[in-house]
Formats: sequence, C-alpha cells, structure tokens
Amino acid sequence: MDINFTAKDQAFRSEVRGFLHTQLPLELIDKVRGGLRLGKQDYLYWQRILYRQGWGAPMWPREFGGTGWSPVQQQIFDEECSGADAPLQLPFGLRMVAPVIMAFGNKSQQDYFLPRIVNGTDWWCQGYSEPGSGSDLASLKMRAERISTSDGEHYLVNGQKTWTTLGQHANWIFCLVRTSSSGRQQEGISFLLIDMQTPGVTVRPIIMLDGEHEINEVWFEDVKVPVQNLVGQENKGWTYAKFLLGHERTGIAGVGRSKRELKRLKVIARKETSNGRPLLEDQRFRDRIAQVELELMALEITNLRVLSAEGKQHAPGPEASILKIKGSEIQQTLSELMMQALGHYALPWLPEALDAGWRGEPVGADYAAPLSGHYFNFRKTTIYGGSNEIQKNIIAQMILGL
Amino acid sequence: MDFNYTEEQLALQDTLRRYLAKDYGFEQRRALAKSAEGYSRTHWRQFADLGILALPFPEEFGGITVDGGNAVDNMLVMEMFGRSLVLEPYLTTVILCGGLIRDAGSQKQKKQILPAIGGGELLMALAHYEAQGRYQPSHVASTAQPDGGGFIINGAKAVVLGGGAAGKLIVSARTSGGTNDSNGISLFIVAHDAPGVTLRSYATQDGARAAEVKLTDVRVAKDALIGTQDAALPLIQRALDYAVAALCAEAVGAMTALNEATLEYIKTRKQFGQPIGRFQTLQHRMVDMLMATEQARSMTILAAVRVDANDPNDPNDANDANVTIARRRAISAAKAYVGQSARSVGQSAVQLHGGMGVVDELNVSHYFKRLTMINATFGDADYHLGCFSDSLLAA
Repeated sequence: MDINFTAKDQAFRSEVRGFLHTQLPLELIDKVRGGLRLGKQDYLYWQRILYRQGWGAPMWPREFGGTGWSPVQQQIFDEECSGADAPLQLPFGLRMVAPVIMAFGNKSQQDYFLPRIVNGTDWWCQGYSEPGSGSDLASLKMRAERISTSDGEHYLVNGQKTWTTLGQHANWIFCLVRTSSSGRQQEGISFLLIDMQTPGVTVRPIIMLDGEHEINEVWFEDVKVPVQNLVGQENKGWTYAKFLLGHERTGIAGVGRSKRELKRLKVIARKETSNGRPLLEDQRFRDRIAQVELELMALEITNLRVLSAEGKQHAPGPEASILKIKGSEIQQTLSELMMQALGHYALPWLPEALDAGWRGEPVGADYAAPLSGHYFNFRKTTIYGGSNEIQKNIIAQMILGL
Repeated sequence: MDFNYTEEQLALQDTLRRYLAKDYGFEQRRALAKSAEGYSRTHWRQFADLGILALPFPEEFGGITVDGGNAVDNMLVMEMFGRSLVLEPYLTTVILCGGLIRDAGSQKQKKQILPAIGGGELLMALAHYEAQGRYQPSHVASTAQPDGGGFIINGAKAVVLGGGAAGKLIVSARTSGGTNDSNGISLFIVAHDAPGVTLRSYATQDGARAAEVKLTDVRVAKDALIGTQDAALPLIQRALDYAVAALCAEAVGAMTALNEATLEYIKTRKQFGQPIGRFQTLQHRMVDMLMATEQARSMTILAAVRVDANDPNDPNDANDANVTIARRRAISAAKAYVGQSARSVGQSAVQLHGGMGVVDELNVSHYFKRLTMINATFGDADYHLGCFSDSLLAA
C-alpha cells in the first residue's frame, strides 16, 4: 500500500510542468483563469501544441498515436494541465468516439479518423440524446435505412439529436441510430459516423440558462451516409454506446479541475470580506469549504484506486459511475460556493465581460463576472453523461446486483 | 502508487478472517459483550499466538519484523475487527499504549512492557481525556507534583476505554502550566492497583468496557515518566492520530459488513409481492451507502499512510512542522469524513431493515451502535471538521 507517487511519476510531473511553463500560451491561461469564453480556435490552438509535443492523446495507447501513459500518469497530466489553467481537451473525439473506433472500428476507420482527432483536423460532437430519449436513451428514434444508390450502399438518416455540446464547431458527429424496430429496443441500434457537411444536416443553437451558446439541436433530413461509416456491426450499437459512456464517466470525475477550483475558492474567500474581516474567517463559510475539500480528498484517492485497478486496456467498469456522481456533486458545490462568496456581486450579469478583449470597467471584483453564470451552467454536470440518478441505477444493477 | 496489500499482509488478513469467521460469530460475540469482563481471554491469547498483539513492535521487543509494522498493518487488522465487531481492547492496549511506549518509552520501559503486551500478558489503557475538556487533547487539569524523586498525581479521567481490564494505565497529568496549555503535560505509567487509583468500570453502548478513573495522591517513581517532562502533548497527539486512523479502518470494516448484510436483506425481504430491493428508493439509498463506504475507505487509506509520517526515530521527519501539519490535517479529514459516513450508513442500514433494524437479536443494530460510538470516540465529525476547517486559515 503506497499512495505516494514514484520517483518516475515525480520526474514525469516535472517534465509536464516544464512543458506547460514554456508552451502553454499566456492568452489561453488568461482566458481559463478569468473564466472567459473559449472559442473553437482556442481549443484547437492548444490541441495542436499538445500534438506537436506528441501528447495530443494522453489517454490513448501508443499504437494509435497516443502517449501510452499509465492511468496514474494521465492523472498527473490532467492535474498539471488544470493547475496551469490550460483549456480542457474536449472529450468528444479523444475520450468518446476514439475508444469506440479503437475497440470496434475497422482498420480503415482507425487509420482515417484517429490521426485526424489527435492532430485537431476533426472536431467531433455527440449524437446520443433525442427530444424524446434522454435518460431512456435506448428508446431513440432517429432512423437509418439502408439503401442502394448509383454511388454505392448508404444509410438514409432522418431524425433529430439534441443537447449537442459545441456541435456548432463540429464537422463530424457520432450518432446512435435505429436500424431495426423488431425485438428489444436495445437490439435495433447502430453506431454511425456522420460528416456534418452532408446535405440535410442542420445545426440550431440552444441558449443555456447562463445566456451562452454551448449546446445545439441537430436535424437530419434524408442525410445519405456511406455504409463504410458504420462502426462495428449493425444493430450492435448499444454495446458500443455503453462502452463509450464508461469512458465518458471517468473523464468527468474532473479531480484536477476541482483541485484548481478549490484553490481559487480559497483565494476568493480571502479577498472577499465579511464584517471587515476576510470571508475565510467566517466559520460558517469556512466549514463549507472544508466539507467540500473532504469530499474532494476522498474522491482523489477513490479515483486513483479505480485507475490503478483498471489495467491498461481494461474498459472502465461501473465504478466509474461513482466517480461521475461524486465528481459532479463536488464541481457543483465549488461553483455554488464561489458564487456565494461574492455576496451582492452575485447579482450583476455582464455577458460582455466574458470576452477576452473586453476593456470595460468591471462591476465588483475583477473575478466576479463569470461566477454566477458558471454556477448556473454547472447544474448540467449532474444531468449529462447519464444523470446521477441513472448512474445510481447502473451501480444498483451492475455492482449491487439489485 | 499501489493500493494492494503485500503477500505477508494478505496472509495475515486471511488468517484473521478464518479465525474470526470460525470463533467470533455474532452469537458468540453477543454473549461475550454480556459477560462480566466484556471480552475473552481465550481470544486474546489467540491474538497473541497469531502475532498481532506485537504487530506494531520492533523485533527486539517481540515484534515480527525488524522495525515493527506500520499503520497499514493496523488498518488491515482493524478492518477485520470492524467486520466482526471485535470487543477485545486491541486499540487501547496495542495501538495507543503500545504505540506510545514504542515511540517514547525508555529502553527499560520498552523491555518491560512491549513483550508483555505482545505476549498477551498485559492489557493497558490510556487515561488522558477529562470531562471538562471534551475532545481537546491539550486540556489536562490533572496534576503531577514532584515529590522527592517521583511524583504525586491527582485528578480524574473520563471514559477510559478498556480501563477496567488494564493492568497498567498511562496517565497524562500537568507538571506545569495552565489547564489548556500545550506545554507542561507529562505521561506516567501507573499500576491499576496503585494506592489512590479508583476505577469505576461500566459497559459502553456498543458492548465494550470503559471506566471513570480517579487519582488521589497517587505516588509514582521517577522512572514512571514516559519521555520528557512537560513535553508529552506531541506524543499524545501522535498516539491519538494512530488510534484515529485505526478507528477509521474499524469503521470501514463495520460499514462493509453492514452493507453486505443490508444488501442481502433487501434482496430477500419481500413486500408488495416482490423483493424490496426492486424499489428504486431503496436501491438509491443502498448506492449512497456503498459510495459513502468507498469514499470513507479512501480517506482511511490516506490516514493510514499519512499517520506514519513524523517518525520519532527519524529526527528530520519528527521535527518537520509541515509534515506534522499534513499529518494532522489528513487525520482530521479522515475522522470527520468517516464519522459522517458511519452515521449515514448506520442510519440507512437500520432504516432499510425496517423493524428488524431496531431489534437486539440481529447484528444490524450492533453495527449501528458501534459505528455511532466510533464517531463519538477521540473527536466526532464536527470536532474534526472544525480542526480541518481551522487549518485552512493557516494554509
């Protein structure tokens, strides 16, 4: 039993830190630290820097162009990147569709798509939820009918996907589609890769409660998709979908990010005042910080326990659901306490202050503008990726056998 | 990074598991709790034969390894004890008192006491907390006046765990300073039958035993002093931290067993024509219990690893204030978190068992009571959350 990092791990941490120190652009640090808007170019800028270093896909095996890092190294990398205020590496390509393509795709799909994910050529989004299929994902209705045309075999796709995060930037979408209506509903689902430039695909924005455009609905009207874009076997997509969700869940434990946010919360609680003293000296508020820090300390170890139990190629098990539930609750609590720390200045809404170029006079402290919006936005974390209630169902069934 | 036990540790765990499964069943344990002494000398001798009573001690004092075992070994033993609700005073004798003598005792004290503990001949108890001081370790109103070559001790000690069975007590008393001062506390070895010592022994809610200890003009010789006069508080804190780490592990063992029992119950108990475990309300509550236990286990691992810092035999480490702060933060974090988890897991287990949760004949209520008492021992969740919270001011 040893929870200390090995000398090799420590050396790795120094290497990552050194890299971030020289290669992470200041303009990106400023945006992330300030809670400002990140655009498509910001994410791509960072992804390409990582790619040039050979670190574009920290969680992939080497044979597919990844780093081949151990789970612990990945955790160190994540923690250092978060701590240095690097932009998140978006999960849709790297953590979601890529593992599916690696495990179930054919050689030509692997050869074509994987390099384009790691070098930032393609931007992927997720086509899972539909207006009538949220938690009950297997009830999805978007149809894909196999047709023969003069230019080969195709699926003709009709239907609608929704809650598509950053779909406005994407050129590819991976979709769960219905290829059969007979038998159990789970058995008629297929996993299809769709080029969003194909005629018939329409992306419409959904504005979230913080006023931001982060999610979309995506419409498909007689969209012709070559059968070569089917991953694995027809009607076996539900298996791949669940495999993907396991990968998604480990990503959203977000330990590194929450550690950074906790530090930020403490800084804010020292700067804000209550009765002429730093807010941190207010015992009621301080105890709430302490409580969330306990949760995070425990999650950090639980996360490492799960990671180190997970062999190199082993897919994440149902324990990942525990990480998702705890991780999302902690993220929400941290965002709530940061908003609460502002007191009156939780109220002002200045969306213009979230643009990096804005030179206006801040209302209240210079860190105040994004915090309430962030709190509102982060209610999503217990909903997405399988709501926390669904996660509990998964644990009840898969771990407890209920 | 490695979350696995070593081969030796696994072998020890296996031996203990088999012994407890065979000889420490619920009914045997229930009878033991109601017996006069509240524990079994037979079990104690068996523990000595298995080597666990000397587990944390160095080889030269009867232990099985050169340097003695570490807090991870304690964790393993205590988790097994938690699963079986073991009543024997292992925590007080071996971990608290044995640990104090190992870390701070003179060569003579070590030779006299450690092999006796390891061999199962000597039980000990720490008489430290006082009624007015609640959980504050620096609160010591009892006094030890120098007298000739020795000391005269006066005072009263509260809820001394295992006090009635102990052949020797380790008593804290003030040799200088005011009641709450950090400096001025000293530790003494006092025989349970020394003139002036009175013990009022009683059962505790969880079936163990404790005692109120009064000391009236108790005379001890100079060599009864442990470590340096006036400087015992860091020793006491370290010993209590070890005990807290061990209690956390005991709680995790108890929670794990309680979850297993509860899961089995909701899978078999039928109402409305189906097992009650089919109902989502109950499923989610069971999942909460599992998560609380796994998170508590993580904190317990953290506590076990951090408490081994500040090795008094390593001068660099022992005097590093930062290491001490990190150790105390981890311990308070773990005890607070485990205390909260123990409370919610215990309460939920009773609730899911319905009426069966509130009867004496089923093990559920016994686990619940032990978990509740673990929270109240050596600082409850609120106390340790406060310690942790206050440490944020310095950080």
